Amino acid sequence: MTGIVDLHRLTGAYALHALSEDELRTFERHLAGCEPCTQEAAELSATAARLGLAATVTPPAAMREQVLHCVSSVRQEAPGGRTAGRAGRASSRTRLLSRWALAACLAAAAALGGTTVWQHQRAEDALSQAHRAQRGTEEIAAVLAAPDARTRAAMLGGGATGTVVVSRARDKAVFVVSGMARPAEGKVYQLWFNDDGTMRSAGLMDPGRTDQAVLLQGGVDGASGVGVTVEPAGGSTEPTSAPVALLGFPA
Amino acid sequence: MKEAVHIGRNPSSKPDLEELVSRVALGDEDAFTGVYDAVAGSVLGVARAVLRDQAQSEEVAQEVLVEVWRTAPRFRPERGTAVNWILTLAHRRAVDRVRSVEAAAARDHQAALLERTPEFDEVTEQVEARLEREQVRRCLRTLTEIQRQAVTLAYYRGLTYSQVAEALTLPLGTAKTRLRDGLIRLRDCLGVTV
Repeated sequence: MTGIVDLHRLTGAYALHALSEDELRTFERHLAGCEPCTQEAAELSATAARLGLAATVTPPAAMREQVLHCVSSVRQEAPGGRTAGRAGRASSRTRLLSRWALAACLAAAAALGGTTVWQHQRAEDALSQAHRAQRGTEEIAAVLAAPDARTRAAMLGGGATGTVVVSRARDKAVFVVSGMARPAEGKVYQLWFNDDGTMRSAGLMDPGRTDQAVLLQGGVDGASGVGVTVEPAGGSTEPTSAPVALLGFPA
Repeated sequence: MKEAVHIGRNPSSKPDLEELVSRVALGDEDAFTGVYDAVAGSVLGVARAVLRDQAQSEEVAQEVLVEVWRTAPRFRPERGTAVNWILTLAHRRAVDRVRSVEAAAARDHQAALLERTPEFDEVTEQVEARLEREQVRRCLRTLTEIQRQAVTLAYYRGLTYSQVAEALTLPLGTAKTRLRDGLIRLRDCLGVTV
């Protein structure tokens, strides 16, 4: 059991984000009832921010364009931090969707030069639908929200945009597509992990939807990217046609 | 002789940063451009110090800047300045990223820690940032060697205090204390008030 005196001494580590998750929770509970600690923590956080200012660099011009382009597509939180109604669930989903829209927008702006407007609204809708249908949504959410989640976007032809999000820590990837033409009758889109040119099945997409978020089945396990092929209904054990889309995972 | 350089508000925050953030909170995109120009270099600098990879740093910096836009309506000026709020967020995100990447990579720990010698040599053209760097550099010199190493490893390399203890071969309790008394000394030298 950590004593009170010991907790007082954590203000420095707290201000430097140098506590473990468990200690952070314990310390924050302590802070709530300790006025002098709150004051000291605020002062030391402000001191740490000065270390940050001292590290200032000149950002690349492209970064400015991308961020300014993307903010217009990201909804702001309500003041007070609580959306009306069911607070907890709804607001964490809003946060996830915003984070998702942002990642998708930044990836698209970087990959597509900002000339094509990312159809973030449709991607958000796809994710909302996935939530409602409860199809691996917890896992999709976990991948999108993973601190190491990396995103890559690409035009897929026919006006469709695809975005792959990969978390190596979770060993999982999510593929989000918007505006994809429905496959012909009796056909289905199949996803594949690209293991250095060998395709490993990662599940089927829903043939009835043009916008969707899909959790790839199986672990990333060193795969270099993801591919999509058109296959007979039910899928194939290996691709029977050339890929309609092939995206490398971000490094 | 006391070395405090009291500058009240932060020198690198434009005088109107709080005002700009309050306009951003109302959805003003022009005001956000002003916020971006005031803080983007510092946000990227924090990310780069911790992550040391240009592409990842830019990614984290962009996420942080858009998060500033998204959460501006919840910013509470009575809890601290806007620049503190933004740089605390930037450091938190950079540290989260570096820890998740490390967990995934599961590298040889001790070697990885020791290889992280903090450097202080990034270039910027902003005059006020150069002044800030000089002040911080001067005040870091007022710390003991252990305090300085502990604080810089934690802030600029994103180490937890137990990693700091490991890297500097200190007992855990000593690492905690050095982070705290090092920052206190830095606070007094820089004349930081809240």
